[in-house]
Amino acid sequence: MVRISVDTGTCVGAAQCVLAAEELFDQDDDGIVTLLNANPEGEAVKAARVAAESCPSRSITLHED
Amino acid sequence: MSTVETNPPVAPYFMRQPGKPFPPPEYADFRKLNGLAQVALPSGGRAWLITRHEDVRAVLTDPRISSDPSREGFPRPTATAGVPTPHEVPGWFVGSDAPDHTRLRKALISEFTIRRMKAIQGTVEEIVDGCIDRMLADGKREADLVNDFALAVPSLVIATMLGVPPADRKFFEAQSKVLVTISSEDEKRADASRQVHRYLNRLIALRRKRPADDMISRLVASGQVTDREIPGVAMLLLIAGHETTANNISLGAVTLMQNPQWIGDPRIVEELLRYHSVADLVLMRAVLEDIEIGGQLVRKGEGLVLLVAGANHDDAVFERAGEFDPSRSAQGHVAFGYGVHQCLGQNLVRIEMEVAYRKLFERIPTLEVAAPIATLPYKYDGVLFGLHNLPVRW
Ligand code: HEM
Ligand code: SF4
Repeated sequence: MVRISVDTGTCVGAAQCVLAAEELFDQDDDGIVTLLNANPEGEAVKAARVAAESCPSRSITLHED
Repeated sequence: MSTVETNPPVAPYFMRQPGKPFPPPEYADFRKLNGLAQVALPSGGRAWLITRHEDVRAVLTDPRISSDPSREGFPRPTATAGVPTPHEVPGWFVGSDAPDHTRLRKALISEFTIRRMKAIQGTVEEIVDGCIDRMLADGKREADLVNDFALAVPSLVIATMLGVPPADRKFFEAQSKVLVTISSEDEKRADASRQVHRYLNRLIALRRKRPADDMISRLVASGQVTDREIPGVAMLLLIAGHETTANNISLGAVTLMQNPQWIGDPRIVEELLRYHSVADLVLMRAVLEDIEIGGQLVRKGEGLVLLVAGANHDDAVFERAGEFDPSRSAQGHVAFGYGVHQCLGQNLVRIEMEVAYRKLFERIPTLEVAAPIATLPYKYDGVLFGLHNLPVRW
């Protein structure tokens, strides 16, 4: 199982996560990341990894439980 | 350092030269050593050049570096010029660290969300169409794609977003063009800077009294940005997104005219950003504590220049990096930097470039460069790589 967590405190709103996986991440009205789905499966796990790797402020963490 | 072998090579600041490919071949040489070189700045000082993708990304997320140009060691390319400090221009947050940077950036990110960028696509299309109409209107079937198109589009877009009324956009476009043109005389540039500043101040005062649905009105209302900072923030948005975008549009147009099989492919934008790496010398930092970069000890108080084109042409990450190949994954490129300062306008740029190429080649399918490519006036001596002019015909 992969679980995603995001740190809204460090997010700088670059939206790399939304570009990488719009089914998992969105931006709130202030432009800060919000999680749509914390438990991706299948192909979405790959997209989540791309998002975590692209996030310029390292605000996305994948926990492999 | 005691031994000759560990002495880093010393490079000139401008390694771009007429007749030499871009990025300069030295970047690959430095990557093969330990990735670092020293650069002799025109101002007389020294700084470290960082050329490997891995190191550039690691450094840009390291808390022991600073973006504040008033810090000891921050690279000053020339004695006078360089990035203004937030002390000189309040609100110039690209040159500040937390907490000021965090506050100002957070006040702006809602203006550049993916949703907002999608909403503005229609406006970008109108602006691009308007510029093409102007090019076609005189019937001469030739134009300078830099002045008539690439510089006009981003300044009209940001002017519209800020809230500059349509009647003033010509003035705004003309003044900001002088501001970002390297060959402008200092006198003229200073005058343009004063005029834009004065204009922005008037607009801010107006929006304070009569708010509209635009960025300046929202910034004024947000309470997050002080009165002294708003003009600096607006100026930063204008300048940061002007020549950068224009250089990308014009260099990209040349690349697409040479590789017409890719026109219309949605993957071209990301690969053009990586391939041209126009912000090559933009990323500068001061080191706040001793750190190790690629095995090299870098001391507190030294300066760093992180080479965008070095990282984006690193073969360890991008195979055959020197080739323009939109079918590769350009993901992970640092054309917009990395870390907390990563370009705020990047998702606007993606739309501007997509719309610009789609409209340009749809409406003028016979567009071609009107001079031998090798003779084009490339920007060899600017912080940004690009073209001064681009003669085209159709
Ligand atoms: C192709 C065009 C562009 C390129 C290559 C580019 C490149 C960059 C780079 C490399 C940085 C990082 C600077 C640093 O870390 O020191 C940056 C920051 C920035 N860019 Fe862009 N940019 C482009 C277009 C734009 C546009 C259109 C806008 C706005 C309308 C814009 C606004 C900004 C701002 C405000 C920052 C500072 C962000 C911060 O400090 O948090 N840029 N850009
Ligand atoms: S990529 Fe990172 S910084 Fe950008 S919006 Fe997503 S979480 Fe925030």
